[in-house]
Amino acid sequence: MYRIVESREIAPAVKLIRILAPEIARKAQPGQFVILRVDAMGERIPLTLADWNITEGTITLVFLEVGVSTRKLGELKEGDAILDLLGPLGNPTDVRNYGTVCIVGGGVGIAAAYPIARALKRARNKVISIIGARTAKLLIFEEEMRRCSDEVHISTDDGTKGYKGFVSDVLRKLLQEGYGFDMVYAVGPAVMMRAVAEVTRPYNIKTIASLNPIMVDGMGMCGACRVTVGGKTMFACVNGPEFDAHKVDFTELIRRQMAFIQEERMALELWEANKRGDE
Amino acid sequence: MNKWNRFKAVPIPKQPPQVRIYNFNEVALGYSEEQALMEAERCLQCANPQCVLGCPVEIDIPTFIRLIKEGKFREAIVKIKEKNNLPAICGRVCPQEDQCQKYCVLSKRGDPVQIGRLERFLADWEREHNVEIPEKKPSTGKCVAVVGSGPAGLTVAGDLAKLGHEVVIFEALHEPGGVLMYGIPEFRLPKSIVQAEIEYIKRLGVTIKTNILVGRLYTVQELLSDEGFDAVFIGTGAGPPIFMGIPGENLCGIYSANEFLIRVNLMRSYLFPRWDTPIKVGDRVAVIGAGNVAMDASRCALRLGAKEVHIVYRRSRTEMPARKEEIENAEEEGIIFDFLTLPVAYHGDESGWVKKMECIRMQLTEPDETGRRRPVPIEGSNFMMDIDTVIVAIGRRPNPLIQQTTPGLRVAEDGTIIVDENMQTSIKGVYAGGDIVTGEATVISAMGAGKKAAKSIHKYLMGNK
Repeated sequence: MYRIVESREIAPAVKLIRILAPEIARKAQPGQFVILRVDAMGERIPLTLADWNITEGTITLVFLEVGVSTRKLGELKEGDAILDLLGPLGNPTDVRNYGTVCIVGGGVGIAAAYPIARALKRARNKVISIIGARTAKLLIFEEEMRRCSDEVHISTDDGTKGYKGFVSDVLRKLLQEGYGFDMVYAVGPAVMMRAVAEVTRPYNIKTIASLNPIMVDGMGMCGACRVTVGGKTMFACVNGPEFDAHKVDFTELIRRQMAFIQEERMALELWEANKRGDE
Repeated sequence: MNKWNRFKAVPIPKQPPQVRIYNFNEVALGYSEEQALMEAERCLQCANPQCVLGCPVEIDIPTFIRLIKEGKFREAIVKIKEKNNLPAICGRVCPQEDQCQKYCVLSKRGDPVQIGRLERFLADWEREHNVEIPEKKPSTGKCVAVVGSGPAGLTVAGDLAKLGHEVVIFEALHEPGGVLMYGIPEFRLPKSIVQAEIEYIKRLGVTIKTNILVGRLYTVQELLSDEGFDAVFIGTGAGPPIFMGIPGENLCGIYSANEFLIRVNLMRSYLFPRWDTPIKVGDRVAVIGAGNVAMDASRCALRLGAKEVHIVYRRSRTEMPARKEEIENAEEEGIIFDFLTLPVAYHGDESGWVKKMECIRMQLTEPDETGRRRPVPIEGSNFMMDIDTVIVAIGRRPNPLIQQTTPGLRVAEDGTIIVDENMQTSIKGVYAGGDIVTGEATVISAMGAGKKAAKSIHKYLMGNK
């Protein structure tokens, strides 16, 4: 069992939890993820590390409560425990001095972007961050991103905060204004990462995307997470999760993410009905 | 009850096909005491028994069968467990027809003695009559790390614990058992049986730590230098599934057999939504390949509600690598076999779901390096099959993580770990065995490797004193 030492809602339906996992904290590197299971009948859920603390022996995860598994996880309070936790998994981000880097984070992806921005800042890059959400209330990790960025640009779909539009629109604007980026790093919904890749493609800027396909074992055994990159099939869990965004077949990724959408909806309805029955 | 006949095996009761295709309960129900006694009676108790030569773990077969005849079931299972820590598993999934039973003299005139069924009978009898734990040797003060809790790892761990060593197994998944848990379906190897056998290994004194991926959380070197282990055994088995690399293979509805079976077996998707992991099986399923994994996957698909399940195989019936018994079970259940057929592309609908499989007809020519006749495509014979689910069961590569993260570890071109005749790798004190050394093979051959490695590790540790 892995004890939860902190759980709080940082935006509507967005939870942050800290879990006691000293060994994972000791080994964690930016860009890596964990797989957890809430209980004995639970799914294996992959989540990118949002932070870790070696002295406290904790890891931090941020997630959107979308389905049964994340709802169950979100219900856990400080002092509760999850049954299984595996990590760190995946290849770490290639952290080095690129010059000027642009970190683009969308939705809960901003939390995943944070350790990467921080590491790139420590590697003496100039860090320009673009973070965005559907609406102001859903914008998370702004303070954290400000701490490790030279500039932070904000967008919301509805214009309630910052630029009205998408993070990719802000990126396009900055490039048009003459910003020069040596590397662009995108993490967030697949549609957002695809849009970012299309913005940087004509400029020929190295663009990395951290992909989030469906996974089961998370260590290379099942191939559920296969993605097409440059015409080749890759397993995001062991070959990634980061890939050259210009080579990723995002349309395929988006379709594969939706593979079980009907089952997930049905399970959620049932779970909610059962909950109502219990109350 | 059938009349006793020296040359005729006592049949094993099974769930009838028309019943079992609607459940995941075990298909073969096992011998009763009476049936076991009748079957044991057929054994000739050869002075020079050939069956033992066919057993990778050298079980004293004639003796345990004699003990059954004498009604001494407790003594009989103890005799098996001298050599085999996992008899309930082996009695169910060993390919006895290619091992012990192949050498039985009776097979020259009729059916060989059903050694596997008798082994299973005893293991099941013991589980119902209290499992005894053998006496342990005094502690040696030595500590061994075993990476992976599949058949090789469990065997090495059990044997070393009996010898008085402290053993810790590191398992990356959340449940121990490796392929026994995630790979082989409930109806062929009930998970409660696997759990009971693992419980026995634990009672021998073995510690099992799940959720630890060696290669990421600790390297093999760190196990030796920082974590205080005197030796390491690597039994990480087969991992990444092989795909054919044909167009459309990443469409939704196309699974590797590994993904499909992990969902069904380890994640209990057949109990969705009571269990949280979903699975989706359409009406018309194609399983590519004809090994045991393909049989398992096809029969799972049927139980998950598929109307029609096809085994699609590029060679013919005689070349199928699956066990005869499993092929028969699949046929009884109504699995359709499409021989001399090779998929060349998949076609999907606008939402990215597979809808059609394009195939080409094959013909067999001269034998290849495996001795089987080589299949070659018949040009222009392409045709379409309507399908909505595909399970690719054409094999797996060795798990690569340990090889990538252990400097100095010698690895063959195919990714397997190279070991010497004592199962030692190129690094002193580091041993390996099972599929990670041989490539994909059987449960029992992995156990044989585990036994051999345990002997070598014991010698190494005691020489170190």
